[in-house]
Amino acid sequence: MSADVELNHVSVKFGAFVAVRDASLTIRNGEFFSFLGPSGCGKTTILRTISGFLEPSTGAVRIGGKDMRGIGPNKRPTALIFQNLALFPLMTVAENIAYGLRIRGMGADERRRRVDQFLDLIALPGLGEKRIDELSGGQKQRVAIARALAVEPQVLLLDEPLSALDLKLRQHMRSELRAIQRRVGLTFIYITHDQGEALTMSDRIAVMNAGVIEQVGDSAAIYDDPATVFVASFVGENNPFRGTVVAAEGEHAALDTPAGRLVGRNPRGAKAGDEAILFVRPDALAFDGHGAENSIEAAVQSVAFEGSVSHVYLKGPTKRDIVMTVGRGDGAGVPGQGQATRIGFARAAGLVLPAGRLASD
Amino acid sequence: MIESVVKTLLYVAPFVVIATFWVMAVRERRAAGDPTARGFFERNGWVVASYLLIAVGLWAVVMVVLPQLTMVDFSFHPKLPPKDYGGPKDHYTLENYHYFIFGSTTERESLNIIHLRAFGLTILASVGVTIFTFFFCYPIAYYMAQVAPPARLRLIMLMLIVPFWVNEILRAFALRILFGTSGLINNVLVALGLVGEPIDFLGLDIGMYTGLAYAYLLLMMFPLYNAIESLDKNQIEAARDLGAPWWHIHAFVVLPFAKPGVASGCTMVFMLSAGALAAPQILGGPNSLWFTPIVYDRFYQAFNWPQGSAYALILLLTCIAFVMAVLRVFKVSLGEITR
Ligand SMILES: Nc1ncnc2c1ncn2[C@@H]1O[C@H](COP(=O)(O)OP(=O)(O)O)[C@@H](O)[C@H]1O
Ligand SMILES: [Mg+2]
Repeated sequence: MSADVELNHVSVKFGAFVAVRDASLTIRNGEFFSFLGPSGCGKTTILRTISGFLEPSTGAVRIGGKDMRGIGPNKRPTALIFQNLALFPLMTVAENIAYGLRIRGMGADERRRRVDQFLDLIALPGLGEKRIDELSGGQKQRVAIARALAVEPQVLLLDEPLSALDLKLRQHMRSELRAIQRRVGLTFIYITHDQGEALTMSDRIAVMNAGVIEQVGDSAAIYDDPATVFVASFVGENNPFRGTVVAAEGEHAALDTPAGRLVGRNPRGAKAGDEAILFVRPDALAFDGHGAENSIEAAVQSVAFEGSVSHVYLKGPTKRDIVMTVGRGDGAGVPGQGQATRIGFARAAGLVLPAGRLASD
Repeated sequence: MIESVVKTLLYVAPFVVIATFWVMAVRERRAAGDPTARGFFERNGWVVASYLLIAVGLWAVVMVVLPQLTMVDFSFHPKLPPKDYGGPKDHYTLENYHYFIFGSTTERESLNIIHLRAFGLTILASVGVTIFTFFFCYPIAYYMAQVAPPARLRLIMLMLIVPFWVNEILRAFALRILFGTSGLINNVLVALGLVGEPIDFLGLDIGMYTGLAYAYLLLMMFPLYNAIESLDKNQIEAARDLGAPWWHIHAFVVLPFAKPGVASGCTMVFMLSAGALAAPQILGGPNSLWFTPIVYDRFYQAFNWPQGSAYALILLLTCIAFVMAVLRVFKVSLGEITR
């Protein structure tokens, strides 16, 4: 049975405040789908609307083609993993996992068998009798997943489940989660403000800003072909150059910016005279830009060594520092501190988007 | 001779108990904690420390221990005119307890049915009042703790507290007027044609039970509220999300979590109901026989202080034993209640 989750012009209001504005998208059965956005942009609100704790003010949520209006969270084929996990502290691990099964009236023997299966699935065999406060952060995480999976939902909803873990564990749990999703084959709807998580785990991502879904696409599309200034500046590092379009021909547009005339791809069809922003990724920049299609005068300010790459911060003609990443092998080419140089990039690496607010503004 | 030894023992015993507990506490702290931890006097300075010790000590001894001990001592003496106290007729005796059971200080022919029945009924009715108060308060406490928006919460709190500014006796009389055969409730019922003639609420003891439940409402409400308030909302939602119907959430998520609050509220309401005087005396029907008015009568009608002491002690010990037993059954420790 298909369990597509469909949002059809969903808006959610709290009084006069619009937390989610006109969201429309379809999440396909079996997909690992993420909502990515800064905190307060309405991600949790969307998740609670899908799980039934909130009703849309306008629009409809459909799961498997069925309109969910008026159907409570206990009757929807979804299971929610809370930001703070919300495990029951007075119950053992096994009792937590079996909670939903007990409600469904499953007998004790069958329950025990199922709990054991789930303990195996989350790689915690034999820990059923432990109390919740005896578990580590990562173990609690997995118990919460097992508790939700035990009720055999068609859709698993996860609200920033990794945010409380430390970095190492977080990275480990990313692949763990992805593996569990592949094994059980369920639709996972995942919420995060951490773009690394969204980019590494998801089949597709919806990027949200202030209640609005700005773009839906797979990781590569979001990273390489951001639809809006917000997405371009929120996902991955990017150097923005504000300016006015002076010429737009075919695929490309030229901007007059404080850093000189810059040319980049023009997928949104900016026209001459428009205010626009040209973005270039730090890894697309190179030193010795005299022969390059675009070049900018700048002086090295500092270098941050980060192992396989280094971040070089340069002072250019714009207020904002320019960031570039330099691979290990290219380190020899970095000019000394304070030394003026020209950096360059290819036209294909520049992206012209209609002007808007940057994520960091 | 024996008399004075027993008397001395009786009065020395509590201090021995206190000293024993103190030694145990100190030993436990030594064993568990940091042995270099600074002592009570070093932490607080000797002025503050001695003030605390003397103040708490005096309070405990003068206000709590000594009066109770006098009662205990009293209860083992025969009824005598004050001039014979400590005289040759004064001796230790169980006759007051004997009287409670057999209705006579010496005979064993018949049981003291009236007193025993009142005693049993008091305990039973107090259990009833406690259960009723719990079921009445739980939904309100839950609403206040988990559902109500802050402004509404403040309003409800105020509405709960303000009536208790009115004196307890006054409240009881007000209820008496309300429940009387020509009181407001009966007038309304008759006017609406719901009943043919007025119901004798007071004679049926409904007035008394209402008065008791009302008098100790807050003592149930606030422990419950406190306990439920500290429950993470997400746990309730998680249970709902996993498919739990509302009653299941209350029975298996909220109540187990709020158990210490439930125990604390129930203990207080039970103890105070069983020992209540105003409500039974003012609101009790002619046939009702609450135990506390009997105790009161021992002192002030029969002028039999030793017997009154014995009766009071019996009530107190039975209540304590009952509460301990119930706590035990529900696996709540005393420490949890005072959290
Ligand atoms: N119950 C509520 N009442 C009023 N405002 C709310 C409520 N829940 C969320 N909001 C507001 O809606 C916005 C989005 O919140 P949320 O969905 O929790 O964001 P996110 O999960 O992306 O951090 C926030 O500005 C928040 O203050
Ligand atoms: Mg959130």
